[in-house]
Amino acid sequence: MAFRIIVLAKQVPDTRNVGEDAMTSDGTVNRAALPAIYNPEDLNALEQALLIKDKYADTEIIILTMGPPRAADIIRESMFRDADSGYLVTDKRFAGADTLATSYVISKAVEKIGNYDLILSGRQAIDGDTAQVGPQTAEKLKLPQITYAEEIIDIKKDKVTVKRRLERGVEVVESSLPALITVHSSAEKCRPKNAKLYMKYKHAKTPTELQTIADDYLNQSVRNKDYLQIEELSVDDLKCDIQKIGLAGSPTKVKKIDNVVLQSKDSKVIRDNDTEIRQLMQDLITNHTLG
Amino acid sequence: MNNICVYCEIEDGVVADVSLELVSKASKLASELNCEVEAVVISSGTEKIAEQITPYGADTIHIADDKRLHPYTTLPHAAVLTDIINRKKPQIVLVGATSVGRDLAPRIASELRCGLTADCTDLVIGDYSDPKSGREYKNLLYQIRPAFGGNIIATIVNPETRPQMATVREGVMKKEKTAKQHKTKIEKIDTMKILDNVNFAVKIIERHIEPRKVNLGAAQIIVAGGFGVGSKEGFDLLNDLAKIVGGEVGASRAAVDAGYADHSRQIGQTGVTVRPKLYIACGISGAIQHRAGMDSSAQIISINTDPEAPINSIADVTLVGDLHSVIPKMIKFYKEQSK
Repeated sequence: MAFRIIVLAKQVPDTRNVGEDAMTSDGTVNRAALPAIYNPEDLNALEQALLIKDKYADTEIIILTMGPPRAADIIRESMFRDADSGYLVTDKRFAGADTLATSYVISKAVEKIGNYDLILSGRQAIDGDTAQVGPQTAEKLKLPQITYAEEIIDIKKDKVTVKRRLERGVEVVESSLPALITVHSSAEKCRPKNAKLYMKYKHAKTPTELQTIADDYLNQSVRNKDYLQIEELSVDDLKCDIQKIGLAGSPTKVKKIDNVVLQSKDSKVIRDNDTEIRQLMQDLITNHTLG
Repeated sequence: MNNICVYCEIEDGVVADVSLELVSKASKLASELNCEVEAVVISSGTEKIAEQITPYGADTIHIADDKRLHPYTTLPHAAVLTDIINRKKPQIVLVGATSVGRDLAPRIASELRCGLTADCTDLVIGDYSDPKSGREYKNLLYQIRPAFGGNIIATIVNPETRPQMATVREGVMKKEKTAKQHKTKIEKIDTMKILDNVNFAVKIIERHIEPRKVNLGAAQIIVAGGFGVGSKEGFDLLNDLAKIVGGEVGASRAAVDAGYADHSRQIGQTGVTVRPKLYIACGISGAIQHRAGMDSSAQIISINTDPEAPINSIADVTLVGDLHSVIPKMIKFYKEQSK
């Protein structure tokens, strides 16, 4: 048995390191100002695909990502962990998309890749935490969805069994294939990059990146190897309805952005010494906050 | 007038608190918009459900009762709710931001091609003028949420599409019974007309839902730890303090992500919202997402080695020091004096 799996992965700004120039004046994210990382739960999703490949060696893992040209890094990072190929959906006209417009484009790209058994993605991305693109993509493709997956217990030709991690427990569900599964952070961590695969795929490039390689020899040797080609998909390649993409295709609009203003209280400052802490506990008991 | 629709989540014959909170909020928004509240119940064995919802201000309760609708699976619930929305054309649809709501709402928003905002911390009615077209829109739903690592608060609107959809976490809105007695209409839904086999592509074969172990929402005293606690063992110290003062232990997202505390203890925008009498924040820097979940606490004590930690600005008392040294002293002096 072998499966064809598409993994949806996103390059995200590392929201743990946000500077002042993180937002543009129109309220969208200034991605250029932030370090970019592999969305953590998408790595959990990739691992689930790799576990299937461990079991069924002929399984093919295809990475699909959407973003600016530099998001090709995500595809290479995946190849270093044993993904087979990747598509980068990139076009300036996609900019400003909310989750609905994004899921439309992803569903068009999935249809173009075609012939898949399973779509995997992280439950949510850390730059928005919405968890909406997975279910919305499933709906656009009319596929069953399984969210909050912790483990793919079993996969057969036309059936997948999945353990879901819910707020107050677990659920084991069975779905027909093809299906879309979003993977929770409680799932197995992704394996590290493999040194051999790194050597094999380090020169994997998109057509745009190839144009910037001045070294003719390297350029030619990349072009000669099919497995080093990262395909790019544009609005035209996907035959997108222009009304359904970018800002125009996004029903949600940002009305305004407020900086966070701390409403400061008169904070009493005390130090770590016996006298002050004793007094604090006494006050809390006296005013019936404690005890 | 187009109404406000609330999807009510049911577990073990009980309506989830978050759903009742949303019915309460919808009831207030509805009186501002001069429209009605329509609750939606999709489950089985629903005889005792309506009476739980009515006191919070639902004018109509749509009930779809079918054995195949409990426990929740995405496709049949999506089909029934979409059918109701298509017939009733509500202007607003509210859903709890639970693992059910966050599975269901995007599926429906995609099918209806409408906007959806996740994890709102406030919902307000207001006007909007489109900066590009100059068009004016009256009485839109402002969907307010911290965004982008909590550095900003975004107000989102859906000017053109309906319904305007939002999910809200448990505890964010207040559960309040309405003053006046509501005459609630019940509308039964014929599921046979809506559901077919395609809706049952996913089958539940095993399910273990545990009763809630931690009830942070009801706790009067919360001792919460952040990344600064440094380890799982560090949380033992917080447990000790909480036990002695009769409180619960909470955690920031950073502490949960680091594996120091269980997800069920997470306080903040993507966790639980709490309003205790006393909130002791230990090693919590105080990102806006965390503060969104606790800033209505009656009294806040911040224990932090950093005198400039953002959380200190909303604290009544800032205890500058290492929690590993401070907490044992608090325990000791509390024991001494509480006798």
